Formats: sequence, structure tokens, C-alpha cells
Amino acid sequence: MESTVPLSHYLVLSTTLFVIGVLGVLVRRNAIVVFMCIEIMLNAVNISLIAFDRYMNLHTGQVFSFMVMCVAAAEVSVGLAIIISIFRNKPTVNLDEFNIMKW
Amino acid sequence: MSEYFFISLAAIVAIGVVAVLLLLSTILGPRNPNRAKLTPYECGIIPQEEAKGRYPVRFATLAMLFIIFDIEVVFMYPWAVSLGELKLFGLLEMVVFIAILGIAYIYIWGRGGLEWD
Amino acid sequence: MEHIPSPTVDLVSLAPVLVLSVFAMMVLLVDLYVKRDKTLVIFISLVGLLMTAISAFAKFDLPVHSFNDSYVVDELSVFFIMIFTLSSALAILLSIDYNKREGIRMGEYYSLILLCTVGMILLASSTDMIMIFLGIEIVSICLYVLAGIRRSDPKSNEAALKYFLLGAFATGFLLYGMTLVYGATGTTKLGLIAELIREEQIASKPLMLMGIVLLIIGFGFKVASVPFHMWAPDVYHGAPTPVTAFMAVGPKAAAFAAFFRVFAEAMPVLSPSWESLLCIVAVLSMFIGNVGAIMQTNIKRLLAYSSVSHVGYILIAVIAKNSLGSSSLVFYMLAYAFMIFGAFGIVILIGRKENEMLEIADYSGLAYKHPLMAISMSVFLLSLGGMPPLAGFVAKFYIFSAAIKEGFVTLVVLAVLNSVISFYYYLKVIVYMYMKEPEGEFQISLAPMTVFVVVIAMVGTAGLGIFPDPILYFTQH
Repeated sequence: MESTVPLSHYLVLSTTLFVIGVLGVLVRRNAIVVFMCIEIMLNAVNISLIAFDRYMNLHTGQVFSFMVMCVAAAEVSVGLAIIISIFRNKPTVNLDEFNIMKW
Repeated sequence: MSEYFFISLAAIVAIGVVAVLLLLSTILGPRNPNRAKLTPYECGIIPQEEAKGRYPVRFATLAMLFIIFDIEVVFMYPWAVSLGELKLFGLLEMVVFIAILGIAYIYIWGRGGLEWD
Repeated sequence: MEHIPSPTVDLVSLAPVLVLSVFAMMVLLVDLYVKRDKTLVIFISLVGLLMTAISAFAKFDLPVHSFNDSYVVDELSVFFIMIFTLSSALAILLSIDYNKREGIRMGEYYSLILLCTVGMILLASSTDMIMIFLGIEIVSICLYVLAGIRRSDPKSNEAALKYFLLGAFATGFLLYGMTLVYGATGTTKLGLIAELIREEQIASKPLMLMGIVLLIIGFGFKVASVPFHMWAPDVYHGAPTPVTAFMAVGPKAAAFAAFFRVFAEAMPVLSPSWESLLCIVAVLSMFIGNVGAIMQTNIKRLLAYSSVSHVGYILIAVIAKNSLGSSSLVFYMLAYAFMIFGAFGIVILIGRKENEMLEIADYSGLAYKHPLMAISMSVFLLSLGGMPPLAGFVAKFYIFSAAIKEGFVTLVVLAVLNSVISFYYYLKVIVYMYMKEPEGEFQISLAPMTVFVVVIAMVGTAGLGIFPDPILYFTQH
């Protein structure tokens, strides 16, 4: 088993995950599920970065992926705080009900 | 496709075991539902209202603080591995990094984020 | 293990970032001991911004590339740092009285504004995609919190939620675009990318083009251009007014600085690919921004849609890639800062504690009761529309001449047409102020700091309009 998985397979995987994340953000109504789909998108980008690094023998992508993980963690924190702050005023996380400001 | 052989084997075994277990428990298990068995368990008392999911905010605060300081530790791992090459400058950089996060820690401490009740 | 080359560390070039970060952390710590009166905190923030502006001139022999060509100090970045510190200072001054009135009592507000400015400085000075990403994220995360800082107001919460979800979504696109560009070129440094493109050494063209499209989508979200502008009216409406003014100027300028560096400086050779796309985005932004603003009755949403249309005009400066493009971009941002802070300053002055008076109908008859305020608001609105001899006209003229020099005549014609259309809604507010009967009392308490900001904005708007030459000379380096 010495033949390796070609780069295109990793890119297809990354794109598929990214598209799943995008569709999730557009379709789902629960704010926390939308949040999780955003995390899926960011992790799809991570896969792609590491795959590029492996096949081109570079190291910039790994450093970039480190920064992406760090930023994703910070966004998780802030996002949780915002969702909790909303939940205190109005005990729902259903996005359809957030329409005080229209058009 | 030979490079995917082992992982497909692992996937088939995992799915197979789960499917077999679920199938067996559905076929072989008894099925006598009654009202008492279907209510959620609350330490033996009769439940009076539905669990609405209100919980103290402390737990979410704890989760947020955990993530941030966990990422701080994650940044320390590659630094620790390559500290030999980075010598004094690397040490000073990490000290500055920890100091910045230390200021955040002092701020959280002063604001009462570390209180449990 | 291969030896990773250590970067050329040049902390002096990083001086504004370091100074401002230290002040931001100082504000956080001082705030722990200050109970009610935030004057000390505000004073420290303003001093910090002043020191940052001074330290931006730390390097003399511009341009200076440091940190292995990922951070640059050149005339563009220094001028942008001036704009950022000015807009942050004006935002802090505006929020002194607003926060007292609306009961926003947290000191972290000022620290967040300072940290957001740090992110903006990073954005304007970075020539590496990783740094641009980090700068955008610092700015965005601080703004998510600032938009929702009024925790008891449901509108503010909703604005923060919408901004957060859409902003994180946009970050995903931006990141994937950067990844594809990295995969196509093998590097994240903009200088190397420019060289590789010039020497035709890109491994895979389709990957690069897809990356560019995703980058445009990501940046487009962040500056609120069409068709990614849906968050702007709601977020501008829900956020506290000084935060809205800050959001409309600083982060937009920073994102445009990064946009300019990535597209006009790193990829001018590939311009046939992205020029037409950006032209479409610019024209759509102008039209839909203007059409949206015409239908609004809330002044904050009107200003939000008008800022969507201004994004269209500014994109023309990015499309015109020459050096006149960069100097007109900078001049426009400066003029825009003055106009927006002035307009929002008046919006804050008119409001009062229980009722922020955000409907246009609330401005009826302002000219009879408070003529000076009506005149200043008219000056700001006319300048936003682009009437000579005010700053907005000079800024637009400069951008249009940059575009015509590159040959984009149709674009400029459409832009001028849109300027004319935009006068409809700016004049609507002026008509309400001068020609309608006042409804009830205005009860305006002239909070001193807000009036100060309005005066500065007036001086800036009128000054840039009547005497643009000193600043124009400065922007042309």
C-alpha cells in the first residue's frame, strides 16, 4: 500500500464539507445549529490548508491553520456570549423569531 | 482504491457492529410500554413541570473561559518542542504572550468570572 | 526537521500596534478600580490614541518591510493609521454623553474600541494573507461585542446576533478564498504572489480564479456591498449610535485598505478576471443602496443604505488601480469620516433618554427651533450627496478622475447618475427640517462633547471642500 491519496481527493472532501456548512447556515433556523455549521466551514478550510502543505512540502499552511483554529475558538466564545445574552431577554434560539427590525 | 482499504474496513466494522446491536435489541427485547415508564426520570418523585432548560449562566462562562485558556496552552505545545532552536528570544516571546493572557486573567478575576456561587 | 527561517523582527515598525495594545490593556485594568465615573478611562483611551498617531511616524525611510515581508510601513498605511485614530477618538468623544444618557456603564466599551483600532492598523499595514485574516477577525470580533453591548435592549441583541452569524459566515468564505490562492501560488505573502503572477508561474489558473471570487465574496460581506449588504441596515439600526458611526467609518476603511492591497497591488496583472466582477458589485451597490435609502423612514437605516451606496463609489477607487486610485481612496475615507461622524453626532443630539427620535418625521421644523443644528445637518447630508464646495464633492471628483484615467467611462457615468439619485433622500431630510411644522418640543440638551465632535466634523467637511489642496498634496505623497 505505498500509493498515496491524491491531492484532489482532499480538496473534494474539503469542498464538500464547506458546501454542507454553507447550506446549513442558509437553511437551519436554530441559532446554535447555524453556529455549528459555521464551525464546519472553518474546519473544511483547515483540511484544505493541511492537504496543500502535505503535497507541496511547505509549512505556511500549517501555521495558517493554527491561526484559524485560534480565531475559531475566540469566535466560539464571543458567539456563545451573544447567544446567552439574547436568551436572557427572549427565551428562544429560533432565528425566525428575531425580526424586530425589518426592511 | 487500495489506499482506502483499511479505512473502509474500519468503517464497515463500525457500522456493522452498531447495526447488529440495534437489530438484536429491537428483535429480542420485550415491548410493554406503560405511562410510568415513559415519563422522564426525576429521582423518584412525580414530575410536575417540563424541564425548560434554564440553567445558571456560570456554566457557559466556564466553557468560554476554558476555550480561551485551552488555546493558550495549545500555542505552548509547538513552542515547547522547538524551544531549543528559539533560545532566549523564544522564551521572551512566550513570556510576553503569557503576560498578555495574564492581564486578561486578572481582568476576569476582578470582574468575578471565577466565582462559583 | 527543516530549519524554519526566523523572521526579521522589527519592533519599531510595529510601534503603533504595540502602543495601542498596551493602552487597551491598561484601560481594562484601570476599569477594575473605577466604579462609576469613567472619566479616567476615557482620558487614558484618548491619550493612547494620540500616542498611537504619533508613533505611526516612527519610521523615516518609507516603505519599510518587516517580519519577512508580511508587515509594511508605507505612506498608505501611515495615512490610514491617522484616519483610524481620528475616527476612534471621535467615536469615544461621541459616546461620552450617549453612554451616560442610555446607561451603558461598562468600561470594556472603550477597551473594545481601542482593540478594534489595533485590528484596523494591522489590516492597513499587512502584506501577508494570514495577517490580513487576523486583522479582519480582530476587528470583526470586537464589533460583534460592541454591537450588542446594550444587553437590555432587544434591538441591540438582535443586531449583534445577525452581525455575528453573517460575519462568521463571511469569514468562512474569505478564508477558503485565501486557502485556494495559497494552494495555487504556494505562498501567502502578497509581494511573492504579485511576482509569481507576473512571471506566469501559477500552478493552476482555475484554483486561483476561484480563490479570487471567494475573496471578493468575503471582502464584500465585510464592507457591506451588494449582494451581501443584508446585515448592514439591521446592525446599524440596532447598535448604539456611536458604535454605528464607528462601524461605518473605521472598519470599512480598514477593509478597503486590505482590499486595495490584495487586489490592486498584488494582482493587477490578473485584472481582467476581477475587474468586471467588481464593476458589477460597485454598480449594484450604488443602485440598491440608493433605492433602499429612498424607501426608509428611520434615519439610521437611511444612513446605513447610503453607506452601502458609498461602498459602490469607493470600489471604483479599487478598480482604478493606479496611484491616483490609492490617494483618492485615502482622501475619500478621510472626508467620509468627517461627514459620518457629523451626521451621527446630530442624530445623537436630537435624541433623548426614552425616545431616540430616529424617524425622519421627528426632524420636522428643526430649522425654526435650532437653526444651527439644522444647518450643520444640511451640510453633512449635502456633503454625503456630493455637492460642491463640500468635502464629499472633492472626494467623489477625485475618485471619478482616477477611474476615467484608466478608461472606465461608463462606470463613472453610472456613478454620477447615482449621486444625483442619492440627493433625493438627503434632500428629503433637509426638506423636513426646513419646510415642515415642528411637532412638539425638541428638548435638546447640548451635551458638550457631542457638540465638539459636530464642530470638528463641520470644520473637516467644509475645510476639505474649500481647501482640499494641502491634504490632496499629502495623499499624493
